[in-house]
Amino acid sequence: MLTLLHRDLRLALRAGGGFGQALGFYLIVATLVPLGVGPDRATLAPTAPGILWLGALLACLLSLDRVFALDREDGTLDGLVPAPLPLEAAATAKAAAHWLTTALPLVVVAPGLGLLLSLPAQAMPWLAAALLAGTPALSWIGTFGAALTVGLKRGSLLLSLLVLPLYVPTLVFGADAVRRAAQGLDPAQPLLLTAAISLGCVALLPFATAAALRINLR
Amino acid sequence: MSLSDRIWAWANPRKFMALSGAILPWAWGLAALCLGVGLIWGFAFTPDDFRMGSSVKIIYVHVPTAFIAINAWFMMLLASLVWLVRRHHVSALAARAAAPVGLVMTVAALATGAIWGKPMWGTYWAWDPRLTSFLILALFYVGYIALWEAVESPDAAADLTSVLCLVGSVFAVLSRYAAQFWNQGLHQGASLSLDAEENVADVFWQPLVLTLVGFGALFVALVLQRTRTEIRVRRLHSLKARARAEAPA
Repeated sequence: MLTLLHRDLRLALRAGGGFGQALGFYLIVATLVPLGVGPDRATLAPTAPGILWLGALLACLLSLDRVFALDREDGTLDGLVPAPLPLEAAATAKAAAHWLTTALPLVVVAPGLGLLLSLPAQAMPWLAAALLAGTPALSWIGTFGAALTVGLKRGSLLLSLLVLPLYVPTLVFGADAVRRAAQGLDPAQPLLLTAAISLGCVALLPFATAAALRINLR
Repeated sequence: MSLSDRIWAWANPRKFMALSGAILPWAWGLAALCLGVGLIWGFAFTPDDFRMGSSVKIIYVHVPTAFIAINAWFMMLLASLVWLVRRHHVSALAARAAAPVGLVMTVAALATGAIWGKPMWGTYWAWDPRLTSFLILALFYVGYIALWEAVESPDAAADLTSVLCLVGSVFAVLSRYAAQFWNQGLHQGASLSLDAEENVADVFWQPLVLTLVGFGALFVALVLQRTRTEIRVRRLHSLKARARAEAPA
């Protein structure tokens, strides 16, 4: 499992393309929104938590079709099914690799983008905390969606259609935690709920992901 | 033969066709009778509400469609479980048949709610928890139908949509509570429930129960009809395949 994780990380780092693109996308979203809604601090600050969460969500989503597609093309995925490693563990490794390469960099740069969107300073640590607590759910749900659509030729639009409704609870709680922090309220409750969704996803979704992979590779 | 064997025997497509063929005219009849009587009674022969005026009468469409919209998903969940556990094809086809009906009911509930909301709340749409969860439910239906359409192999499609339905159900419930957490409600409480102290007044209540039964029968009739069509499509495909195999090369 660690070998698989290690392999995926090295592929993401060395093969180029994958690693920086999600970050670049996130930066562009955070730049374009003020250009669209206007530079006024009074309109930007209240919407900043939502924009930063939506940007992270879309950045995760756009990198999902890569999770299994390349492995399917070169046959790695077919090799994983009869391997001694349970497919559930392989699914976990895949999701973890996606989280480390796509979501974690987003968490790191998010406070900087919060500065661009004039998010109040007291909300910065909570923004990072909420993203840290919520992005595992995004990666694990997304890996499930990628497993559902791995056999399809043009699956990326369908993938968004399937995955985005599943992102709703994470988005609601995660963005609410940041919004509360920005208004000076206690963000602990939505933050804990975000973390709860992530932990539930990490624990249970690999089983669904593995089931979907087995069906698609039959 | 034990009772459970006797129940599962209806999952045989041949027996299902016979049984559903026998039920279908009665379901259509019950739907037509209840909807005809209930809607005419409700629209023409109930008094206007003293505050809401005649706009109250949309309740005879709004409440039953919303009721069916939620329960259609439950029916799909059950059918998906039966398919995953017992591999009865009729079950998977019934889940597939129910999804578009459920989507139409969801949209109908949203639309009637919007039409009523404009004069009453002063807006077609508000980000109220119930409205939001219904919109999300509609998205779940759309994703489910899209996955059915996208996968070519019928068995793989049945398997994948069943897994999606199971996972989606968990997230649909989560979204419902998330939406409640997220915003205060504008929507009133349940119109009908068995344990509530105060329900809708009797004059409105009686035709409402009739239309509920009517929409329920309509749902059963539509799902049976669509499942029968799906089974016939499958039969046609296998007949064609057999004819191709037997044809001289």
